[in-house]
Amino acid sequence: MMHTEVPLAVEVTDLVKRFGAFTAVDHISFTVPKGEIFGFLGPNGAGKSTTIRMLCGILVPTAGSGRVAGFDVVTESERIKTRIGYMSQKFSLYEDLTVEENIEFYGGVYGVSRHKLAERKQWILEMANLTERRTSLTGELAMGWKQRLALGCAIVHEPEILFLDEPTAGVDPISRRTFWDLIYDVAGQGVTVFVTTHYMDEAEHCDRLAMIYNGQLIALGSPQALKDRTVSGVLLDIQAQPAMAALEALEEAPGVTDVTIFGSALHVIVETADAIPSLRDYLTARQITVTALEPILPSLEDAFVALIEQADQQAAMGKE
Amino acid sequence: MPQRIWMIMWKEFIQIMRDARMLVVVIALPVLMLVLYGYAINFDVKHLPLAIYDQDRSQASRALISAFAQSEYFTMVAWLHNNPQVTQALDRGQAKVVLVIPTTYSADLAAGQTTAVQVLVDGSDATTASTAIGYAQAMVQQHSAQIAVQALQGAGVNTSGVSLPVDNRVRYWYNPELKSTNFIIPGLIAVILMMLATLLTSMTVVRERERGTIESLIVSPVMPVELMLGKLIPYVLIAFFDVMLVMVASVLLFHIPLVGSPVLVLALSGIFLTAALGIGLLISTVATSQQFAMTVAVMATQLPSVLMSGFLFPINSMPPKVQLLTLLIPATHFIKILRAVFLKGSGFADLWQPTLFLLLIGGVMLGLSALRFKKKV
Ligand SMILES: Nc1ncnc2c1ncn2[C@@H]1O[C@H](COP(=O)(O)OP(=O)(O)OP(=O)(O)O)[C@@H](O)[C@H]1O
Ligand SMILES: [Mg+2]
Repeated sequence: MMHTEVPLAVEVTDLVKRFGAFTAVDHISFTVPKGEIFGFLGPNGAGKSTTIRMLCGILVPTAGSGRVAGFDVVTESERIKTRIGYMSQKFSLYEDLTVEENIEFYGGVYGVSRHKLAERKQWILEMANLTERRTSLTGELAMGWKQRLALGCAIVHEPEILFLDEPTAGVDPISRRTFWDLIYDVAGQGVTVFVTTHYMDEAEHCDRLAMIYNGQLIALGSPQALKDRTVSGVLLDIQAQPAMAALEALEEAPGVTDVTIFGSALHVIVETADAIPSLRDYLTARQITVTALEPILPSLEDAFVALIEQADQQAAMGKE
Repeated sequence: MPQRIWMIMWKEFIQIMRDARMLVVVIALPVLMLVLYGYAINFDVKHLPLAIYDQDRSQASRALISAFAQSEYFTMVAWLHNNPQVTQALDRGQAKVVLVIPTTYSADLAAGQTTAVQVLVDGSDATTASTAIGYAQAMVQQHSAQIAVQALQGAGVNTSGVSLPVDNRVRYWYNPELKSTNFIIPGLIAVILMMLATLLTSMTVVRERERGTIESLIVSPVMPVELMLGKLIPYVLIAFFDVMLVMVASVLLFHIPLVGSPVLVLALSGIFLTAALGIGLLISTVATSQQFAMTVAVMATQLPSVLMSGFLFPINSMPPKVQLLTLLIPATHFIKILRAVFLKGSGFADLWQPTLFLLLIGGVMLGLSALRFKKKV
């Protein structure tokens, strides 16, 4: 086998995890080069956490293999442990310990020397903006602060690779911004960041994305590439009344390949831009008032929706 | 000691100190149990209510009655005058024991014939009944011996050199007053510490699982054995505090003697605690919730240590297979140790066997916990 130029932080081959008869992760393969911010995007129950937990040595894969920092996740998990940081989806610091005590605990457990730990603690407190709250009980902090502290504790030992499982779930938008700034900081220091999310705006921040659905990898690439590749044709944003009638009419309209509801608007894919004028006439002829109709660049969400539809169609065909 | 074990100990200590419930369990529970059980469980039979139906009403019968009445085992509660009253007194529980002296009593004695008195005992409480029968028999025997001697004297025999041919005098060693508290309390100490220690650790791993903190530990370089040791040691220290608390309270409240070496008691307690805490730890790695862990901890320790450890029922009278089973119970060995050191003043040379058993149980529990922790997340 050829070795790639860039060393790989994560290498997953045909990874499978079953819980009884249920397959949570179904033969997924991908690689993450060092230094990348790699996003793992998928709806609830897609298998994101399960994958991350296999990579961190919490779960044992049913089949397939995974390598993290060059070590096998099953046979060499002890060597992986000091090289990675992990922030679980569920908040997992000690709420009855103070901010400082949590940092000291995780630092100590990871064998950070006393001298180094003092320095790291200082740095984390500043980074997470927790210096003033250093003696507060962790349980008393607001969610945004807790998450930043959790990030700090996950990197107290300066890991090469950082696994973040929905780090911003349940956090207000401002705190999410701040959190992502921190992720960029960490990545800027050369740390590989493997992050799961179901927020599209967050996914846009990633260098590369893996989209996972029903345990299967349905797309892999940079956010831009995913948008370009999945949405073939021209994407239109249409505001029309009554919306239900518009939806039904558009599904029948000539040249239209896909219609989805997108907030109060409809996102419609047509084969070419030439179809646009006739589409407006088509709707007006059916007593539908069109207030807006314009081509837009597909968002990641459009790409995601399109991919999931494709996956569902394929699954349906597979069953027949 | 590796830094990681230190860190876990340190963290665990802080958590215990900040948990008010834990402090109640550590300080109030043992004393409460000691007082409740200590006063409730008492096998001494004293001041049994005694009723008398004296059909003879003679000087001789009164002498026998006063012998009963003067002993501390019986307290006179009623004079009865007919058979229905006898039945009634026992039925109503007014008396536990009825002494019936037949009309021929004094006449028989005067004629130098053997006579009989009847002692009726309420057998519904078998333990008390058998003790009462024993006491009554002893009293009657003693009394009849006296009469025999007096009769000889009356016949002009010089009895100064004569004593009863066999003086049946049982002497109880180690517990001369046969105080049942002396026997019960050391066992009770073991029962209390067993439950307490198991309870303490039973929640420690499940709590981490319930709160999700376990994942951070699993991904960290902490080895399962380090985690188990780090969690165990703080509880050993806390349980040690309880050992002293319970022992001092026992000596003060129940005046049980500590004949042997206090240092030996403490040292062997440490070994016992490791076994008990190890069981708690194992429960904790298996349990799915703190609630469940607590219930299992109480059930798994209370029943065997009360029923099968020799605390209340002698192991010798159990079926051989059950006797083997009792060896698996830490309380069995600790009770042996405590009774021996407290009452007999035994040294380590006499106690290496139960000590070895405790060490074995502790080691196996700790090992199993670490294995179990590794496998199941
Ligand atoms: N220990 C387990 N036993 C049985 N089923 C499990 C277990 N863990 C996860 N699952 C199932 O596997 C599937 C994938 O779960 P996973 O937690 O990986 O999803 P996810 O993508 O992280 O979702 P979310 O966004 O909700 O966190 C879910 O259907 C879940 O119910
Ligand atoms: Mg998840």
